[in-house]
Amino acid sequence: MPKNLSFLSVGILFGVVMTKSEAISWYRIQEMFLFHSIHMYGIIGVAVVLGILLHQLIKRRKLNSFFGVPITIKAKPETYKASIIGGTLFGFGWAMTGACPGPLYVLLGHGAFVIIIVIISALFGTYVYGIIRDRLPH
Amino acid sequence: MIDIISQPWHWAISGVMIVVVMALLLFLGQRFGVSSSFRHVCSAVGFGKNASYFDYNWKDHLWLMYFIFGSIVGGAIASTLLNDQEPIQLSLATIEHLKELNISHPGEAQYPIDLFSIESLFTIKGIILFIGGGFLIGFGTRYAGGCTSGHAISGLSNLQLPSLVAVIGFFIGGLLTTHVLLPIILNL
Repeated sequence: MPKNLSFLSVGILFGVVMTKSEAISWYRIQEMFLFHSIHMYGIIGVAVVLGILLHQLIKRRKLNSFFGVPITIKAKPETYKASIIGGTLFGFGWAMTGACPGPLYVLLGHGAFVIIIVIISALFGTYVYGIIRDRLPH
Repeated sequence: MIDIISQPWHWAISGVMIVVVMALLLFLGQRFGVSSSFRHVCSAVGFGKNASYFDYNWKDHLWLMYFIFGSIVGGAIASTLLNDQEPIQLSLATIEHLKELNISHPGEAQYPIDLFSIESLFTIKGIILFIGGGFLIGFGTRYAGGCTSGHAISGLSNLQLPSLVAVIGFFIGGLLTTHVLLPIILNL
């Protein structure tokens, strides 16, 4: 299967998983920040615990990708100021729109066309970040 | 089979399936992270001339564009063919809270239909939530170097301290919004 077709297929799976998990739901995000249900915490918790096992397995067994190359996982840069300030700003946007970037795209597929405006605004936000990046603490 | 998938998923199943997506991407040689797509789009439309942050070969990241196109298709499939039309089983406390904020029928769809309408884009509330919220998503995720997928799922899975700090930030912003800002904004 051509590589790009594989990514397209995994993307389709992601769209289905995000929808059926209700992680794309504005309501579920409010419920999470209100601490009214285990739903979102359960999803993220299970994903992180299994994800840790997956990463350890890949590292310890030095597993190869489907293409026979060793899997390398780049470390996140240790820019803690950027993490906390940028993270907080994103948190505001996440709770306002009820969607993080993945769900934004999935919601487009649901026909929520208001989301086009959110995505254009997000692109503008990224553009502004790119312009003033050098003047921000990282 | 279709009937089983169409039911609402238990959160544990959903968590497992997210790891399946992350694993497939790793074994395809890529890392799970969606918000960098905003940067690639800015690069693709030529903003590399305006800022060095966008000056790179975005075509090296074309895989993410295929993934995102797939996720739109996946959303369309799941919301039609795999949709059992049942309301979301929200907690009663959330339903009561949102009703007090003038949200009608919480949980009936994936999002409040009235709020997510084109008309709402011409209200102060809609402008703040969608245009302001969108801006903060794009600015904040790129500043933090990742979003829920890159930091909360991949980053924490890889025991990255910067990701834990980012996730704490996500919650500071999210909690302030849900508990303090939204009760004001939704009553505008």
